[in-house]
Amino acid sequence: MTSFFTLAIVQSALEVGFIYALVAMALFLSYSVLNIADLSTDNCFILGCAVGSTVALAGHPFLGLFAAMAAGVCSGFVTAFLQTRLGVESILAGIIVNTGLYTINLMAMGFTSNLNLFKCTTIFTLARDVLEPVIGSWYKLAVAVFITLLAALALRLFLTTRLGLSIRATGDNADMVRASSINPAFTITVGLCVSGSLTALSGAVLGQYQKSCDINLGQGMVTIALASLIIGETLVGRQKISHRLFASILGSVIYRFVVAIALRMNVPAECLKLVSAIIVAVAISSPQVKVLIGRSRRKAAARAAKKEGV
Amino acid sequence: MLKLNHVSMTFNPGTVNEKKALNDLSLHLAPGDFATIVGSNGAGKSTLFGSIAGSFWPDTGSVVLDGQDITFLPAHVRSKQIGHLFQDPMRGTAPHMTIEENLALAYLRTEKSKSSFFSRVNKKDKELFREHLALLGMGLEDRMSQPVGLLSGGQRQALTLLMATLVTPKLLLLDEHTAALDPATAEKVLALTRDIVAQRHITCLMITHNMHSALELGNRTLMMNAGRIVLDVQGEERAHMTVDDLLARFAAGAGQALDNDRILLSSEAR
Repeated sequence: MTSFFTLAIVQSALEVGFIYALVAMALFLSYSVLNIADLSTDNCFILGCAVGSTVALAGHPFLGLFAAMAAGVCSGFVTAFLQTRLGVESILAGIIVNTGLYTINLMAMGFTSNLNLFKCTTIFTLARDVLEPVIGSWYKLAVAVFITLLAALALRLFLTTRLGLSIRATGDNADMVRASSINPAFTITVGLCVSGSLTALSGAVLGQYQKSCDINLGQGMVTIALASLIIGETLVGRQKISHRLFASILGSVIYRFVVAIALRMNVPAECLKLVSAIIVAVAISSPQVKVLIGRSRRKAAARAAKKEGV
Repeated sequence: MLKLNHVSMTFNPGTVNEKKALNDLSLHLAPGDFATIVGSNGAGKSTLFGSIAGSFWPDTGSVVLDGQDITFLPAHVRSKQIGHLFQDPMRGTAPHMTIEENLALAYLRTEKSKSSFFSRVNKKDKELFREHLALLGMGLEDRMSQPVGLLSGGQRQALTLLMATLVTPKLLLLDEHTAALDPATAEKVLALTRDIVAQRHITCLMITHNMHSALELGNRTLMMNAGRIVLDVQGEERAHMTVDDLLARFAAGAGQALDNDRILLSSEAR
C-alpha cells in the first residue's frame, strides 16, 4: 500500500481535493439548494484563477483571492439577471455567460492563454515561510483546509440566517417565498452571486497553488464538481446543512483519490473526463434505474406466480 | 378595507381563446368583512383573487387596499399585507424545510424583520411559534424540527393558514382552501379559519363550492358569473336565506340555468 500510495500522492490528492471542494460547495448551493443547473461554472472557475493570478502577479496574493471572489459575484449576478429579469431559460443563461466569460478571462490574463506565477509570492509561499519549520511539507494542505473550512463555516452560518432560509425555500417552493414578502428573483440573485464567488475563489486558490493559470483549465469543472457533490451526498446523506457541506468536501477529496488511483494504474489523464462524466450520469440516473429494476422484478414475480397458479 | 374599481381582465385578447375573466367588476369590503364567494367554474373567482394578490395586472380599473393603490405592486410586496391560501396544500409550504424554518420565513413579513435579513431564529421566536402551533391542536408544536413534507395535507394546510396569519394580514384570500381535504379535516381547518379570522378581525374573502359554508361562514355572500358579481347579500336578508334560495337567486341573477353539477352536488351533500 505504501508503495502504491506515496506520501506525496496522498498529500496532493488532499490538497487539490480541499481546493476543488469550494466548487462542489458552490454547486451545492446552485444545484442542490436553488435547483438551478448553473453551466457558467467552468469559465467562472477560470475567471477566478485569471483574476487571482493577475493580482498575485502584481504583488497582492491575498487581495487576489478577494478580487477573484468579487469577479465571481459579478459573473453570478449576470447569470441571475438574465434568468430572473430577462426571462432567459436558466440553463441557457449559464451557457451564454460561460461563452462570454472566455473573452473576459483572456482580458483578465492580458490576452495570453497562459500565466506563470513561479517567481511570484503566493499565499502558499507566504505560508511556507511561516509553517514549514513547524509542519514540514503539510503547509500547503494547511492553507487549503483553512480556506475551505472557513468558506464552509461562513456558508453554514449564512444559510441559517433568514436570508439563507429564503434562498433555501426558493429551490423548494418559490410561491411560498413570494408569499413571505420576498422576491424569488432577489434570492436567486444572491444565491448565484455567492455560488459564483465560491467557484472563483476555488480557481484563485488553485492558480496560486499550481503557480500557473491556463485559459482551458476549467473545462468540465461543472461535471467534476457535480460528481464530487453526488459522491459526498450519497455517502453522508442529505439531512442537515452542515452534513451536506461536509459531504461536498468529502466527495471532492474522494474524487481526487479516485483520480490519483486511476493515474497510478496508468489510466491516461485524458480519460479522466470520461470517468467523471460516467460517475455523474450513473449517480444521477441511479434512482430511476432502481425503479426500473424493481418494476421488472415485480413483473417477473407476477408472471411466476401466474404460472404456479395454472 | 378593500376596494376594486371597475376592474376588467381579458385573457388572450383578439384570439379564438379570448376570455373575459373579469368584466367591469367593482367590490367594496368594509374592515372586518368576511365574504364568501360562490360561482361556477370560469366565473372569474380565481382571476379576481389573482388581480388582488398581484399574480397579474388588470387591463383596466384599480385595486385599493386600506387606502393604498396596489394595482401595480408586485405580488411579493403585496404579500406583506395579503395572505393567500390555495386549494393545493403543497403550495403554501416548503416541504424540505422544517416547520420551524417555514414559520421563520412567514415571520419575515413583520416590519421590523426587514432590517434583519442576517438575523436567525432566536429563542423568543421559537416560543412564539410553539404557542401558535399549539393553538392548531394538532401536536405540531412537538414536531418543530421535522420537515414539512412529512405532514398530512390537512396539517400542511393548517400550517399554511397559520403562516398566512402569523403576522396579521390586512386581507386574507382563501381559494377553496379546504376542497382537497377529507370532510373531517376540512371541518377542522374551517373551524380554525373561523376562529383566527374572528379573533384578529381580519378582512377575508373565501371562495367555496359548498353552498352551506357560503351561507354559514362570514357575514356576506357574493355570487359571481361571467366576470361579474351577480349577487351580494348580507345582514337580515342573508340570515333568512336557504341553500335553495341561493340557487334560485343564482339562476335569476345570471339569467340562465345552472349548469354546474359541482354546485348542485355540494349543496345536496348537506
